[in-house]
Amino acid sequence: MPKHILEMRKITKTFPGVKALSDVELSVIDGEIHGICGENGAGKSTLMKVLSGVYPHGTYEGDIVYDGEVQAFGSIPDSESKGIVIIHQELALIPYLSVAENIFLGNERRGSNGLIDWNLTNHEAGKLLEQVGLDENPTTPVNQLGVGKQQLIEIAKALSKDVRLLILDEPTAALNDDDSEHLLGLLRSLKERGITSIMISHKLNEIAEICDRTTIIRDGHTIETIDVTNDAGMQDRIIRGMVGRDLTNRYPKREHVVGEEIFRVEDWTVYHPTQAGRIVVDNASFNVRKGEVVGIAGVMGAGRTELAMSLFGRSYGRDITGRTYLHGEEVQIRDVSEAIKHGLAYATEDRKRYGLNLIEDVRRNISAAALFKLSKRGWVDGNKEIKVAEEYRGSMNIKTPTVMQTVGNLSGGNQQKVVLSKWIYSDAEVMILDEPTRGIDVGAKYEIYTIVNRLVAAGKAVIIISSELPELLGTCDRIYTLAFGVVTGEVPVAEATQEKLMTLMTQEKTNKDKEVRA
Amino acid sequence: MTGTASIRELLTRNMRTSGIYIAFVAIIALFTILTDGKLLSAGNVTNLVLQYSYILILAIGMVMVIIAGHIDLSVGSVVAFTGAVSAVLVIKHDMPWWVGVIAALVVGALIGAWQGFWVAFVGIPAFITTLAGMLLFRGLTWLVLDNISLSPFPDTYQKIAGGFQNGLFGGNGYDVFTLVVFALALVGYFFSAWRTRAARVAYEQPVEAFPLFVVKLVVIGAVVMWFAWQLAHARGLPNVLIILAVLIVVYSMVTSRTVFGRHVYAIGGNLAAAMLSGVKVKWVTFGVMLNMGVLASVAGIVYSSRSNGAQPAAGNMFELDAIAACFIGGAAVTGGVGRVTGAMVGGLVMATMSNGMSLMGVDQSIQQIVKGLVLLLAVAFDVYNKRRAGAR
Repeated sequence: MPKHILEMRKITKTFPGVKALSDVELSVIDGEIHGICGENGAGKSTLMKVLSGVYPHGTYEGDIVYDGEVQAFGSIPDSESKGIVIIHQELALIPYLSVAENIFLGNERRGSNGLIDWNLTNHEAGKLLEQVGLDENPTTPVNQLGVGKQQLIEIAKALSKDVRLLILDEPTAALNDDDSEHLLGLLRSLKERGITSIMISHKLNEIAEICDRTTIIRDGHTIETIDVTNDAGMQDRIIRGMVGRDLTNRYPKREHVVGEEIFRVEDWTVYHPTQAGRIVVDNASFNVRKGEVVGIAGVMGAGRTELAMSLFGRSYGRDITGRTYLHGEEVQIRDVSEAIKHGLAYATEDRKRYGLNLIEDVRRNISAAALFKLSKRGWVDGNKEIKVAEEYRGSMNIKTPTVMQTVGNLSGGNQQKVVLSKWIYSDAEVMILDEPTRGIDVGAKYEIYTIVNRLVAAGKAVIIISSELPELLGTCDRIYTLAFGVVTGEVPVAEATQEKLMTLMTQEKTNKDKEVRA
Repeated sequence: MTGTASIRELLTRNMRTSGIYIAFVAIIALFTILTDGKLLSAGNVTNLVLQYSYILILAIGMVMVIIAGHIDLSVGSVVAFTGAVSAVLVIKHDMPWWVGVIAALVVGALIGAWQGFWVAFVGIPAFITTLAGMLLFRGLTWLVLDNISLSPFPDTYQKIAGGFQNGLFGGNGYDVFTLVVFALALVGYFFSAWRTRAARVAYEQPVEAFPLFVVKLVVIGAVVMWFAWQLAHARGLPNVLIILAVLIVVYSMVTSRTVFGRHVYAIGGNLAAAMLSGVKVKWVTFGVMLNMGVLASVAGIVYSSRSNGAQPAAGNMFELDAIAACFIGGAAVTGGVGRVTGAMVGGLVMATMSNGMSLMGVDQSIQQIVKGLVLLLAVAFDVYNKRRAGAR
């Protein structure tokens, strides 16, 4: 029997009101590369946070057996001292510090006098950079390097801590093909040196390429751990494992009455606002019709939010090119107030950070995007505002004692109803809802879906962005899939299955390749 | 849910806004006792308002800047510079008083636009922009004054801040006109309070119980008329008080009832959400800074008129008093929260403390220490309240 470096036994982690992990089992063989697959919110990151001590011992149930001993990590330094290092999806490098400073941050190389020995620091950093195949000066500030190189610096940082078990959370999500290839090659060479890796990834071809085994997690449960082989059946098996839940009656029924086209986007291309040359949305085209719910499916980082925000008055990105049409006529939407005037609405995926003024009351949040409807010559009609807020409190079933209640004190579901009220009151015709049910309990979800149904019944067009495939299948008429900024497919809901969507969502293709081949 | 709130609920629900009023009353009571009633003597009440009027005018603009999430450190220098421009025109070049006033207002607007441009459109933090402005406009003050004081202003200019409206209806040892003006203002206030309450009842919003509402109005009426009585017994209605009252009423309405005012709160409360709700964040920020420049020039006119000249060191540290007034008056350091009336009461708290301590003969050094501690405690109270609200 092969020696296990890590066994996580019956791990259960509960957050207030939600069981994020229940009885999860994970065993990793010494020296292997172990993949972890699962949908967004399945519990992968939570599991890794339990392992690395972000959630300290005592806040979860179950045992972590590492190196044959039960461990009780109280913090990240505890797990790092045992050689477990995690590299998060969001890189944790400090942009204005040099490569060497970043590598030894918190672990500074000091001389006998207690001060930092810069010669030693830079010399050792140079050697580590060589190991990860990076030809850069250790004194270069990190922000002058691309994401791919920064990822390698994270690995060099891990090596400086004598890593034995390296955990990578979506390491290639932000990388281009060459950088990804290099990174995967590096993981293989680390394996040869005896370093075990755990890799969370949405890219099934990568899992197939470098992993020895992979564990599938769904809804906080371990589904199975399988040996990775190269036959086509394996990817299907992973996808089935990731999505295979029952579609019960969680979605209110509606009649599908689709009218003429309201909104169309053609060849929409968006570049990253700060990383020059990185394409975030690549030649996307889609449309939505009256009375229709269109879904945009994509894993995190596929460019869904970026697509929506760039359309909504160019709130994201730079060098945006492409055309937008409303009712068949081309329109220029230069800023958010123009977008609102044209009848567009965008309910953000992070309602606390981007959607609501949490210190303001329900009434003023509802009116925030449409004060023009409540005012004459710049003066707001406060009485009418209260009346409007009261109407929405009733019709949207916002549970609050009064509309003067501070929005920050409401539950997630009620906050989301405030966001939707705000956009409905702005008379939007095309509503883009970004993860409309994230962090909301099941009952409130049903209410949100009912509101969506009411909107399309009233002749609006709704675009739902979601990483929960059952939600899209339960609510949409048509679903576009987005992968790495490219629209990879358009599927009518009648023909859509979770497996089919997941395949399209994890497929890599670029429009440039298509052009070259054509 | 329709309902009426008890006194206890009213106090606890709005500790943040009501706390400052309670503190204000307590401080007045304290210093009345400590000064054997001198604090509330007719002459002193008039003095207190006049002495602190320019800080209150600055605080009106500053509270909007702070609500928007910024700060303005330059207002003291702007007070000096606009006063100096006016003095040079009126005293050196014998221009009429109104030329000086208009020139000061225009210069104030230009300064506001200049700082607004850097803050809103270039994206330089207001702290830096106005720190630079503080140096810049102080230097310009020295330049236009050739580093010497200019005085005196002609009588007409002095009257702007030093004058009184009185005797219009005659009087027997007190000024009837002052009392009439205050009584009319009070009636207007009662009417508007009643209308607001009626509207709230109509929309089934919670309001205070009717007896409580009446008691509140009676107390306010008594305090205001007592204040008018004191003024009437001293020298009548100061012109400055008229300017200040108009500004307070106008800006209270601007902040609470206009689209612009709403957008200021929205930006301070959550910048990203405001942007995604279609608020033209840059223009609103520009407007707030522009407005601050204009109000600083109003304070500059009042100060130069009251001090009867322009001095190179005029307005020193005014910015800090104005900022302190806002924070003592319940504005949040992180933006999004604050009220014009709060800032006024905050300013009056500081004024009462300075004035009371001066009457007691307390040394300047001790006065500074006390003011510093009060500011710190006021903001600590605010932070504590927020944490308590967050924990709920």
